[in-house]
Amino acid sequence: MKKILAILLALCMMMAFAACGANTDETTEATTTAPTVDATFGLEDTLPPDASTLADEVEVMTYEEYAAAELEAAVVVEAYVQATQSWWEDKITVYAQDADGAYFIYEMACSEEDAAKLTAGTKIRVTGYKGEWAGEVEIMDATFEFVDGADTFVAEALDVTDLLGTDDLIKHQNKLVSFKGLTIKKIEYKNGEPGDDIYVTVAKGEDEYSFCVERYLTDPDTDVYKAVGELKEGDVVDITGFLYWYEGVNTHITAVAAAE
Amino acid sequence: MKQKLLALLLVLAVLWGLTGCHGAQKTEAFAVPESFDTARQYEITFWAKNDTNITQVNIYKQAIEDFQALYPNITVNLRLYTDYGKIYNDVITNIATGTTPNVCITYPDHIATYMTGENTVVPLDGLFAHEKYGLGGSEVLFDGPTQDEIIPQFLSECVLNGQHYAIPYMRSTEACYVNKTFVEKLGYTLPETLTWDFVWEVSQAAMEKDENGNYLVNGQKVLIPFIYKSTDNMMIQMLRQQNAGYASQNGEIQIFNDTTKEILLDVRNGAATGAFNTFKSIGYPANFLNAGQCIFAVDSTAGATWMGSDAPLVDIAEENLVQFETAVMTVPQYNTDNPQMISQGPSLCVFNKEDPQEVLASWLFAQYMITNDVQIAYSQTEGYVPVTSKAQNTPQYQDYLSRGGEDNDFYYDIKLQATGLLLDNVDNTFVTPVFNGSASLRDAAGQMIEDVRKATRRGETVDDAYMQKLFSDVTSLYRLDQVGGSGGLTGKASLGALPTASKVLLWSLAGIWMLMGVYAAATFVRRKKEKNQNTY
Repeated sequence: MKKILAILLALCMMMAFAACGANTDETTEATTTAPTVDATFGLEDTLPPDASTLADEVEVMTYEEYAAAELEAAVVVEAYVQATQSWWEDKITVYAQDADGAYFIYEMACSEEDAAKLTAGTKIRVTGYKGEWAGEVEIMDATFEFVDGADTFVAEALDVTDLLGTDDLIKHQNKLVSFKGLTIKKIEYKNGEPGDDIYVTVAKGEDEYSFCVERYLTDPDTDVYKAVGELKEGDVVDITGFLYWYEGVNTHITAVAAAE
Repeated sequence: MKQKLLALLLVLAVLWGLTGCHGAQKTEAFAVPESFDTARQYEITFWAKNDTNITQVNIYKQAIEDFQALYPNITVNLRLYTDYGKIYNDVITNIATGTTPNVCITYPDHIATYMTGENTVVPLDGLFAHEKYGLGGSEVLFDGPTQDEIIPQFLSECVLNGQHYAIPYMRSTEACYVNKTFVEKLGYTLPETLTWDFVWEVSQAAMEKDENGNYLVNGQKVLIPFIYKSTDNMMIQMLRQQNAGYASQNGEIQIFNDTTKEILLDVRNGAATGAFNTFKSIGYPANFLNAGQCIFAVDSTAGATWMGSDAPLVDIAEENLVQFETAVMTVPQYNTDNPQMISQGPSLCVFNKEDPQEVLASWLFAQYMITNDVQIAYSQTEGYVPVTSKAQNTPQYQDYLSRGGEDNDFYYDIKLQATGLLLDNVDNTFVTPVFNGSASLRDAAGQMIEDVRKATRRGETVDDAYMQKLFSDVTSLYRLDQVGGSGGLTGKASLGALPTASKVLLWSLAGIWMLMGVYAAATFVRRKKEKNQNTY
């Protein structure tokens, strides 16, 4: 009898733990303390309804064909990852480039596991739609796949100092570029203190331009974030970054050094 | 004896296990302490949102400094955000680890989700009414508003389930910033109240180009006559204005209806010609408006300082600014006799902690944020309205309202017109029902407009079949079939009823205890009999 009781109690304990682990329909939110239910709402908003089928309908484009495509057109390109912003809710924003041009791929659908593999030089095939947000031409609603057995390519920064202020600069949009001998006019944290983006106003001659340290690309722990934060008005610097656009040139700075 | 001990230990283990399953991270419900212990030091965190506006940041910092001067034993650590969604996500993450902030800027939709954690957010009614530390309380060290001095409409927006879980901090609504010059150039006259028909018609009329591909109205290659910043709000207001379903108070999803389809067909028609676009797809409406590339720009009244040819805040190059007359109007309406517009803006909620004294310190700080100095200063940074009559009625604020247009900075005319728009329409504002999942429904409402616009531009056929699929996709994407109704925010006992399996197990345990009792009694009787027999 005692043995039976002990066994019954042990079984009860096991069943009790099992019951706690598996919510039944009738309990819903009532039996948990952490708000796990609603926290996931909306997080699957990564894929447009038909993006995944585009790869079958559109052939891989050259950069020239991509550049010529209309806004909202379906596009498929192959390019090499140069950098990524932080992975977030199954999405990642990618700076990609090939020998002919560069692409900004905004919030591309991507698992966290795949995001870790998007290292500089990795070749990917991207399927999405061409868009333009505040002057920045980008691929949106994109999916991607790794190009198996592909070579790698890491871009050298293109010196575009002489193009600042000209209509030709935008032709290099999204490429890794460098500027020599820019004068710092203002350093301003987006929130007034370190942590968020840094707005950097630079001058070349009489003209001023707005650059940015994008915290999702180079967070406050990075050398460039710290280095830019220490710059003072009047410093003359060389800047490297991705030629992003926001209502005009708005380079996302990846490196800064005192002018040579 | 060993076996009895084992059985007892097992029973205790079972009970402990069950207890652990139900509320391992539970914090006791907050009870207002008798008094605030000023001999102790408190460190509280405040997560605040600003509109990428350094003046607002500085007002937060000044408020903290002033508060700390009054309460030297309370240190407030400020964490800044520029996005409500980021605060929401961070709070969700931190509820699970028990590391929520003490006070944070929030929307009631978000609080409904926070409240799925037991005792996570402090109900404020007890604090409001507290004689010493409540609104206007005798022991409060600053001149705060009484409950009656908070605008009732705004305060009622903070009620969830019959209790206040927040206090309003600032209020705004949406406005349509109109390039009146272009409207008149197109041969139209602005009506007293803007209607949807008028906006769609003028927008389509503006799409005419010359032989070089330039739009006639602005002479440029770019023109998007109608741009909406928040498509969530767009859908919500369009439905409300037509008395169409969105969601019931208890969270029943009603948005998938014929009126929604008609709205989406209007969106399709606007998108097809390029006359309509959204912030998510092309950028800030203000930038297009100020460049003479937009005629109707709908954005928050809290974005008014970015609107117009002379706006104090501008993101586009000076050479791209175009001179025009700006009209600040209510969002387009279906029924001009009964205008309806959304009430929005930040509120403040207080998170529960193990230490009631820490919660009380947090409440005092939250309350300080609705004192006159903070309210007036912050509201003047944008087209916000103070949430208390105490602040609104001060000579200082009334003077401010009367000086619109004196300069293009502090007294910027468009900002003050936007403020006046809300002050004149408080009775015409509304909020959407709040329940666990209402934030998802809001996202879904906007997503449908975004999807229809994209689909139209991408050559898809947007018809009834498309709508049916869209409804289905959005339901699935945002899990709308799992929210609302009885699963919504009920406010009943937070743990609710035990699952059937647990009930069965507890009854089993009770049964086993009875069996053990019977067995022990039988053994006792048997041994006593044996003892008696041996004695005889």
